[in-house]
Amino acid sequence: METAAEQHHEAPAGFVRRYIFSTDHKVIAKQYMILSLTMALIGGFTAYLIRWQLAWPETDIPGWGPIGPDNYNAIITMHGTVMVFFVAMPFLLGAFGNYLIPLMIGARDMAFPRLNMMSFWTVFTASVVLTISMFVPGGPAAAGWTGYAPLSDNPIYTGVTWGQNLWILALALEFGSFLMGGINFLTTALNMRAPGMTLWRLPLVVWMELTAAVVFLLSVGPLIAGALMLLADRTLGTGFFRPDRGGDPLLWEHLFWFFGHPEVYVVALPGFGIMLEVMPVFARKPIFGYRTMVWSTIAAGLLSFIVWAHHMFVSGMDPRLATPFSVTTILISVPFALLVFSMIATVWGGSITLTTPMLFALGGLATFIIGGVTGIFLGSATTDIFLHGTYFVVAHFHYTLFPVTFFGGFAGLYYWYPKMFGRMMNETLGKIHFWFTFVFFNAIFIPLFAVGTHGSPRRIYELSSYTYLQPFQYLHVIATYATIGLFIGQLPFIVNFIGSMVRGKRAADNPWDANTLEWATTSPPPHENFEHIPVVYRDPYEYSVPGENEDWIPQTRPEPQIVYAAAD
Amino acid sequence: MFSNLLPPNVSTFGGDVDHTFWMIFWIVGFWFVLAEGVLIYSIVRYRKGSTGAGTRAMFLRGDTPRQLAWIFIPVAIILFLDLAIDRAGASAWERIKGEIPPSDVTIKVTAKQFNWNFTYPGPDGKFGTADDITAENDLHVPAGKVVKFELQSEDVIHSFFVPELRLKQDVVPGRKISGWFQSDIPGTYEIACSELCGFGHYSMHGTVIVQNAKDYSAWLHDTWPTKFAANSASVKAN
Amino acid sequence: MSVGIETASHKAYTEGETTGIPMGKIGIWWFLASEVMVFGGLIGAYVLFRIANGGWADQAEHVNWRLGAINTLVLVTSSLTMILALSAGRSGRHQRAANFLLATVLLGLTFLGIKGVEYSREIAEGFTPASGMFWSFYFLMTGLHGIHVIGGIVFNATLYIAAVRGTLWSEHHEDRLEFAGLYWHFVDVVWIFLFPLLYLA
Ligand code: HEA
Ligand code: HEA
Ligand code: CUA
Ligand SMILES: [Cu+2]
Repeated sequence: METAAEQHHEAPAGFVRRYIFSTDHKVIAKQYMILSLTMALIGGFTAYLIRWQLAWPETDIPGWGPIGPDNYNAIITMHGTVMVFFVAMPFLLGAFGNYLIPLMIGARDMAFPRLNMMSFWTVFTASVVLTISMFVPGGPAAAGWTGYAPLSDNPIYTGVTWGQNLWILALALEFGSFLMGGINFLTTALNMRAPGMTLWRLPLVVWMELTAAVVFLLSVGPLIAGALMLLADRTLGTGFFRPDRGGDPLLWEHLFWFFGHPEVYVVALPGFGIMLEVMPVFARKPIFGYRTMVWSTIAAGLLSFIVWAHHMFVSGMDPRLATPFSVTTILISVPFALLVFSMIATVWGGSITLTTPMLFALGGLATFIIGGVTGIFLGSATTDIFLHGTYFVVAHFHYTLFPVTFFGGFAGLYYWYPKMFGRMMNETLGKIHFWFTFVFFNAIFIPLFAVGTHGSPRRIYELSSYTYLQPFQYLHVIATYATIGLFIGQLPFIVNFIGSMVRGKRAADNPWDANTLEWATTSPPPHENFEHIPVVYRDPYEYSVPGENEDWIPQTRPEPQIVYAAAD
Repeated sequence: MFSNLLPPNVSTFGGDVDHTFWMIFWIVGFWFVLAEGVLIYSIVRYRKGSTGAGTRAMFLRGDTPRQLAWIFIPVAIILFLDLAIDRAGASAWERIKGEIPPSDVTIKVTAKQFNWNFTYPGPDGKFGTADDITAENDLHVPAGKVVKFELQSEDVIHSFFVPELRLKQDVVPGRKISGWFQSDIPGTYEIACSELCGFGHYSMHGTVIVQNAKDYSAWLHDTWPTKFAANSASVKAN
Repeated sequence: MSVGIETASHKAYTEGETTGIPMGKIGIWWFLASEVMVFGGLIGAYVLFRIANGGWADQAEHVNWRLGAINTLVLVTSSLTMILALSAGRSGRHQRAANFLLATVLLGLTFLGIKGVEYSREIAEGFTPASGMFWSFYFLMTGLHGIHVIGGIVFNATLYIAAVRGTLWSEHHEDRLEFAGLYWHFVDVVWIFLFPLLYLA
């Protein structure tokens, strides 16, 4: 595998080599971003179908028509799969991981640029496969994004044939892609660091992307095996998950969640990392407890491997396992509390300017806390008896996934846009986008917590089919109006995102007076990122250092005595 | 003020579930309010300019024990509260999902796309005999008695969920999963399948009909006209 | 800026050597770590399952442990020739290294050949992936392993060609031999686990 160090150093000539099959991590990052935002349109549209159906089951859906219960199951399955695997991961790891890691550690590119290109085109193929699966005869997969067997295993139960096989194939490709990506992240961050860039000088987002990569690498294996088994069940007549052939459905649940829980932190950590880059810059304040955060991140990563059965408290597994898994699960609140409190302490006593990225970062933190604490209700096996499989779970995970994916993601997008595209985004449109997103996001999912506590199962096509739930239909109506508001709120973003590329005012190299290395090069950075490889002399967050007249000190500013040494 | 968040509880162990729920509710509620409070305060109080032009941010790197105490002491308290939650939860779980208490009635529950079948052993108290009775979607049980159920599925995974009973248990094909409940409050309570099981999942209804001794034996009476006496005796016995 | 590089505080900098460990090596190790998890999950599931279901002895007795044993021998030998190829390459005896590479490739092909014989016999006797849980696991695990063997053979074959052409013996490419070795040993080790679990247990 040819490494960046060995590559010749001029930008490739042709359009194809430069923009399509490019090995430049910056181009690849943008490809990931476009892919995830495009998939977000699908994810968003499916959300719209879901919401409309739930609010006004009897009416046809404008722009779509009526949907039946079987379509409904297919739609939520596609929604969940698309959002987690083809929006959140490409956005937070693919786009930001690829863009930031080399720039922030002072490298010219990823360790394995060709592998990097392959990773993208693999996940691209995966999303094509998934999209195709929505149109094959028999319809797309309809067993939920968790694909529980035997529903996902034996076509007679859903009538879905190729849709489910392609779903498995799409996931397998997606996993392969992010495995390659993870290997690249790790090798790059270990070996391509600029002189002086010690591990303790890495920006937190790099730490978190790395932890995410490791967690993914070590958790996905068993599910890859599981996917092969499921595919074999469906095509070769094996019966791993089929009781009628001697198999066991719970095996799938274990394989899925052994990956599934770590996976949610794989998504969460980079989102946190982005918020953590934005906050010190606009609070003009160092990160509070940098090392505490690094250790908490690692601790959360480790703990995530021993909590998976909290998704299975009432699954029929041995009930004696519940309490141990409850304990480990609730214990995770400790590293997360450390992270959350340190973030708040970072803002406390700052000199805060509420730019769009800052608003999204703060909004992400504020909303994530709700998602986090509601996790505790689910973490206690006893309360999970009642809450499992209800809308409380749905509200919980949107309150965790949405903040990291979209608040975190948008914070990063507004913050690094000037670096990526060399132009500033429009602040007014940005602020409108934030307030619409913030207000309406909460207005969607707060009511859904109540739907859950009143005992509504999730994945139901029509709430009113249960008499005890009919009084709460209005909560679904509120959530749906809010969803429409949320969508309208995305229009200023789309305008801003595309418009600023041509109209936005040219960005300075370091428009935010930030310290980290990506701001030490031009906006956008040249091919190979740096004129000269920068030398790192200090921590990434030295803001408002007493005695300095500037309130920021870039990581590349030499210590006084070294300047002196170099001078004579 | 939030007390109407949960449906009314009618089972004997539901109280434990609700107690744990409210315990968690108030603990995390407190920390939630505190965290959001400090966050919002900081944002308002430390807006640039609002502290008077030219004021600099504080230089707090949180790398001294004294500064770190500000986050580690709260987290120590949280760790303690976590363990308290675990304790409350563990004992309740043990009671609900642990050993099944000696039961008065045993009923076979068979889930299949998309309805619930309830099989009663009949007067002789044995399954698989001529006098077994299978009822579709309606589960009649006596109030004030421990009801044991054995869950089996004919096809995919379902979940036996009765909100008012605070009862949920997945039904997994290839396994026989037993559980129990007791309700002292006669009434009709809905069963809602809560594991995705196909296009009919949303309408996989059922009802639990808890009846006082009189109504229950009346129901038995027209279900098993013959041998009724023997049977009602066997129920009243304990 | 570049002046900084010579300053006292930093040793002279060459890109991509922060840790001193070759990049390919870090990469391949992480790759193997994830591979371990794939087979680990599969083997774990198999073992637990088999214990829970009382051994499947009736099905397991039909595998041909003799051919399995021979194959184990073949694969272990191929690991050995791989090591010899590497050490020969290190000590600059390129012809010898190439020969050992070729040997490794041929042994790999032998393994596949024998495995093919096994498969065809078993299928002839009517044992397919659908003939019960043991056979499901047997075919899936040996099949997945087989695919890895094929991958290794391709990898090694390209190196053999490079070795013969001499293009392998350049500064950067020589350690590719080592990476190929690491991978090949991994494939071998997996088999060392599969053989007793599938043929002897
Ligand atoms: C980014 C994604 C993300 C994140 C970060 C989390 C975080 C957590 N999740 Fe969540 N979860 C999901 C995504 C996520 N989850 C998804 C997608 C599902 C559903 C999958 C499906 O079934 O479809 C799910 C489901 C799920 C379940 C299964 C529910 C069920 O199906 O029955 C459980 C149960 O324990 C759980 C628990 C937790 C816990 C304890 C945390 C903890 O990590 C939270 C820790 C954080 C905090 C606690 C907040 C910060 C701390 C404080 C403010 C201090 C105060 C705190 C205390 C006093 C405790 N989650
Ligand atoms: C990251 C993950 C993620 C995200 C962001 C969302 C976002 C949303 N989700 Fe989703 N959801 C899941 C993951 C996610 N969901 C999962 C895993 C499930 C479980 C599935 C299952 O049960 O199997 C689920 C299930 C689920 C349900 C439950 C269905 C059921 O159980 O019956 C509902 C119901 O309201 C719902 C609604 C919504 C809504 C209204 C949004 C809104 O927030 C959506 C808002 C949309 C956007 C913000 C995108 C707008 C577009 C752009 C920003 C791109 C701009 C484009 C360019 C510039 C080119 N979701
Ligand atoms: Cu049965 Cu859902
Ligand atoms: Cu989880």
